[in-house]
Amino acid sequence: MAEAETQTQAAICSRGVTRDFKAGQQTITVLHGIDVDIRAGELTYVVGESGSGKTTLISIMCGILWPTEGGVRVFGTDIYDLSDTELVEFRLNNIGFIFQQYNLIPSIDAANNAAVPLIAQGMDRLEAREKAVAMLEKLNIGDQAGKLPSQLSGGQQQRVAIARALVHEPRLVVCDEPTAALDAASGRRVMDLLREVAVAEDRACIIVTHDNRVFDLADRILVLEDGRITHDGSEMPEGH
Amino acid sequence: MIWIAIRMLTGDAQKFYGLVFGIAFSTLLITQQLTIFVNLIERGASGTYNVSSADVWVMDPVSRTTDVNFPMPSTALDKVRGVTGVEWAVPHLRAGASVRTSEGDLEGVSVIGVDDATLIGLPKRMAQGSIDVLLQPDSVIIDDVGVTRMFEDGRSPIGERLELNDQRAVIRGVADAIPSFTSQVTLYTKYSQTLRYVPGTRNRLSFVLVGAEHGVSPEELTRRIEEQTGLRARTRDEFAQDGVDFIIQNTGIPLNFGITVLLGFIVGVAIVGLTFSLFIRDNIKQFGALKAIGVTNGKIRKMVAAQAGLVGLIGYGLGVLGTVFFIWGFSGNPTFKGFYIPWQIPLISMAAVFVILALTGWLALRNVLKTEPASVFR
Repeated sequence: MAEAETQTQAAICSRGVTRDFKAGQQTITVLHGIDVDIRAGELTYVVGESGSGKTTLISIMCGILWPTEGGVRVFGTDIYDLSDTELVEFRLNNIGFIFQQYNLIPSIDAANNAAVPLIAQGMDRLEAREKAVAMLEKLNIGDQAGKLPSQLSGGQQQRVAIARALVHEPRLVVCDEPTAALDAASGRRVMDLLREVAVAEDRACIIVTHDNRVFDLADRILVLEDGRITHDGSEMPEGH
Repeated sequence: MIWIAIRMLTGDAQKFYGLVFGIAFSTLLITQQLTIFVNLIERGASGTYNVSSADVWVMDPVSRTTDVNFPMPSTALDKVRGVTGVEWAVPHLRAGASVRTSEGDLEGVSVIGVDDATLIGLPKRMAQGSIDVLLQPDSVIIDDVGVTRMFEDGRSPIGERLELNDQRAVIRGVADAIPSFTSQVTLYTKYSQTLRYVPGTRNRLSFVLVGAEHGVSPEELTRRIEEQTGLRARTRDEFAQDGVDFIIQNTGIPLNFGITVLLGFIVGVAIVGLTFSLFIRDNIKQFGALKAIGVTNGKIRKMVAAQAGLVGLIGYGLGVLGTVFFIWGFSGNPTFKGFYIPWQIPLISMAAVFVILALTGWLALRNVLKTEPASVFR
């Protein structure tokens, strides 16, 4: 009963998530039965060394990588019970992505890049663009809306990527190493920005990072080591 | 998403133009070569089509085309005239000869002897003069290819004297004729005059040209003539087709043109395939991101199809336009006189373009569809 209640309250509820990868004749287990809940209204960091399984974990949590065992519920929906098409649609309507390399489309301007999820949802392009411009304005780069990604600085491109992740008002925002390519000050500004725009009462924000310069900005930190969660708290444990 | 796909493609100008060039070049090569091929082999029928008034051609059973014929005795004409359903029958002689111009140039020519009384056997239209000029002594009519070839300096051929197989001939008219397969100079004159110009064996009659009586079909008439005379009779269309078939069967032209068309296809596949693959490879992260965001494989397929469709439309249009300009540009050259683009050829090249794009698009798309959305996090 208590278990069921926890699952309804959590934005993400992962139970017994295991993931194996084949490497030739060998099978490598990257995640070992992860049980974790991610709550809405919190900025959650997933931290760990390279190869610890943090990217694999968030990939499974946001429905782009199937677990070998276990299940994930996102806002009450068991996403791996959905058909392929339903899962893609679920991602489109409920999840916003911020990639480390931004992955903006180089030949369309910032506003259209930010409007991609809305266009994919079937919204009229001009209407989608209007909404995207409004989001860019919220991120203080409304005046850059008509520029191509190549005409923007790295920080501006990242804001466009953030706008793209938030424009369709998803309930879960997933960020992969958002500060990896930034200096300390810029990194903190991005994290502050994410906290300001991506964290809300009904929205969960999960960030994969190993940038210890921004650890203090997290509401919750999950430390992954060798595919197991070794720490779950509001601060980094001693020795990390 | 289609708009995004198009912008993704056109935004990479180098690859976009590369793809358009590949399709345009392929289309041009296929359309232009097929056009030349079809028009060239149709020249095998020019001898028949130049004589538009004859419903049936009668010849020795071994004769195959207007140029590959075996002479018949002159009595063949009377035999044919005796067949029921024949409205008229006239002699027709075709032979080769040599001409020496007043400048001393030597030219191999084809001499065609038409009926003395009716002048049946001449091309339908004259470019200069009238057919009546043949009634004057030593008169010949030259075809327009001959004018271009023998009078390159642009002077008028009318009144020019020729030494035709050691006989005097005077050009008094220019015929607007379809050139022969070899674009050889053709001289038309009266049948009786031809016998003088082209000495030969006892049998001289190449063909008997026949007009069918009203109500008698050419097919029926050919059957009757063959039954009653033992000669070979062909309707105009059948004999025209014989000329085309002869070229197809006896020259390497279909093979050579076929190889060029195939090369056009292969070049298209190579250029477009390579460029398309590079384009997809360069954008694989973006496609991966779109898949992660929630763009279905179906939409991705439509995006790639739209990109291929745009490239195909522009490239194909340019290729066909290039062929039109080529044919138009060379229309003044006698070698290309009367060349046209049969409507089937653009359809064939369109099908080829479709196959090229479907093949290369499918190969490129495989990489996109195989890309896991999770790869964008790596």
